[in-house]
Amino acid sequence: MPKTLILGVGNYLLSDDGLSVHVLERLLAAHNFPEEIEVVDGGTCGLDLLQFLEGITNLVIVDAVNAGKEPGTIIRLSGDQVPAYLSMKISPHDIGLPDLLATAKLRDLYPPNVIVLGIQPESLAVSVDLSPSVAAQVDTLVEMLVEETLALAV
Amino acid sequence: MRAVEDALKIQVPSNARIIRNIIDAIQFVQDHVVHFYHLHALDWVDIVNALEADPEATSALAQSISDWPNSSASYFKGVQDRVKKFVASGQLGIFANAYWGHPAYKLPPEANLMAVAHYLEALDWQREVIKAHAILGAKNPHLQTYLVGGMSIPVDANSEVGINADKIAQLLQMFAKAKDFVNRVYLPDVLAIAPFYLEWADLGEGLGNFMSYGDIPLVDNADPNNPGDLFFPRGVILDRDLSKVHPLDPEKIHEYVTHSWYTYDDESKGLHPSVGETNANYTGPKPPYEYLDTDKKYSWLKAPRYDEKSMEVGPLARMLIGYASGQERVVELVDSVLNTLNVPATVLFSTLGRVAARCIESVLLAENLEKWTLELAANIAKGDTAIHEQAHWDPSTWEAETMGWGWTEAPRGALGHWIHIKDGKIANYQAIVPSTWNGSPRDAKGLMGAYEAALIGTPVADPAMPVEILRTVHSFDPCMACAVHVLDADGNEITKVIVMD
Repeated sequence: MPKTLILGVGNYLLSDDGLSVHVLERLLAAHNFPEEIEVVDGGTCGLDLLQFLEGITNLVIVDAVNAGKEPGTIIRLSGDQVPAYLSMKISPHDIGLPDLLATAKLRDLYPPNVIVLGIQPESLAVSVDLSPSVAAQVDTLVEMLVEETLALAV
Repeated sequence: MRAVEDALKIQVPSNARIIRNIIDAIQFVQDHVVHFYHLHALDWVDIVNALEADPEATSALAQSISDWPNSSASYFKGVQDRVKKFVASGQLGIFANAYWGHPAYKLPPEANLMAVAHYLEALDWQREVIKAHAILGAKNPHLQTYLVGGMSIPVDANSEVGINADKIAQLLQMFAKAKDFVNRVYLPDVLAIAPFYLEWADLGEGLGNFMSYGDIPLVDNADPNNPGDLFFPRGVILDRDLSKVHPLDPEKIHEYVTHSWYTYDDESKGLHPSVGETNANYTGPKPPYEYLDTDKKYSWLKAPRYDEKSMEVGPLARMLIGYASGQERVVELVDSVLNTLNVPATVLFSTLGRVAARCIESVLLAENLEKWTLELAANIAKGDTAIHEQAHWDPSTWEAETMGWGWTEAPRGALGHWIHIKDGKIANYQAIVPSTWNGSPRDAKGLMGAYEAALIGTPVADPAMPVEILRTVHSFDPCMACAVHVLDADGNEITKVIVMD
């Protein structure tokens, strides 16, 4: 069976940047996935997450996405839309998703199917709560996540 | 955790002490390697220039510095072809955001190619060795096994889920890999790259004051002031004087907010963290702004001081304190690096000194991982399965009011947490993290922090591409942006370094 990874990334302490933590919590409370679908809360781990991409066919990433849209807009990226590049950074804690995906490409760990599901953030203030416009969309995003994941996994 | 253990006077069981040491040590080694290859090396290694290397000559170079097996001409040719593929026509693709071709890059193409190959190998290596955290931490990422009073992972030779003989064998295998890579790739690379950048042994010194809380207790009930009890000794070095290691008195730590976006009633004085205050009050310009006025408040970091002095913390501080304390293996490793490069000990006070110290520290820890794992196995074999001290679990056993100081050495340096417990609740909690020491702004007297002092006098060839500034800032391994991780759909530049005149 091809393996699917649902990977949440983001900083839980910075309101909407912590979107994935809220989404995965709700996802896991409501759904039991078969063995070939793994769910990982990646937080702000950067390159440490490379190990989870080994042997993955379908990668579904959950993150806040800045696409210059109205806050609360659901955003879906796939194929070449998913950014993979090495960025200039001050600290290894700055290693973000594009760096992780770029290094995955360098090491032949980039999964055949990669999609990003996210929401345009409203606020990145210090808080463990989502802002209202983003919180209102979490249920819809969870539904999309389940649909997309199951569609990929079969 | 250690702050609460200190407040409640808990001594953790031997197994918990050893497991914590092992988790720490492999974390340090992985963190240092990732920092060197995946962040710092790109300040010294020009990836694009590696495309001009002759694979035969690269192979000869690699074989002259190490017996690491991946060193044939065809291997390096393969790496080169791979990088070529990624450096797309006219565009650098995933390598676009950097200063390639900058005149400050000094390595010949062959050394660049060798380093790029090891950059890629380190990616594979790090994802293997950090699996030790899944074994010892119950879960990875975000280890779940730490508890006040010990650890939660069961120690049981007969259990599938706990630490048993299989797990010990897996750990030993990973740690052998960790040591092998550090000794045969990381250290030889640092020694091969350093001679091209010896001017950086005179740049980026900074304060000349170094501090370590010490860590990795080698015995139960360790006395941090007894040099043999901690693997990293505790102490302070002042004014680059390696003839004396001063004892550390935690009462002499104070934090100022004179130039920080916080308020105190009297900002001319510092506060001890046990009675510290964190009242945020941003008074800077509205972003985006061009610059900050350093005469006013200009940082989100407070200004911690030891005995009214600014301190550098981190691998260089730890290695210097070990060296000056006469720790045999530290002296041996430091001297061997200095002899190989044919330079005096004073070069350690520099940007390059930090790079070397981080590497030496990795060697030192990697060669002890096996020993500590066997120490754990031997302790379990004795029949000791204790992993958690339960006597203080119930709050009714606590004193009505108590204070604690949790100290540790993180990869980036001295880390302290202070707790005040009153009536079973946290009355005050303060932390001073390593990057607050190193990245500190000025204090009430105008004394600079370590980064600020280290950057003074750094030559910058091209202010639009300040790779020289990055070299020194990166040498501290800053943790400045733990951080916003919003994905930018357009791949726009998010971090930009601007040099002000």
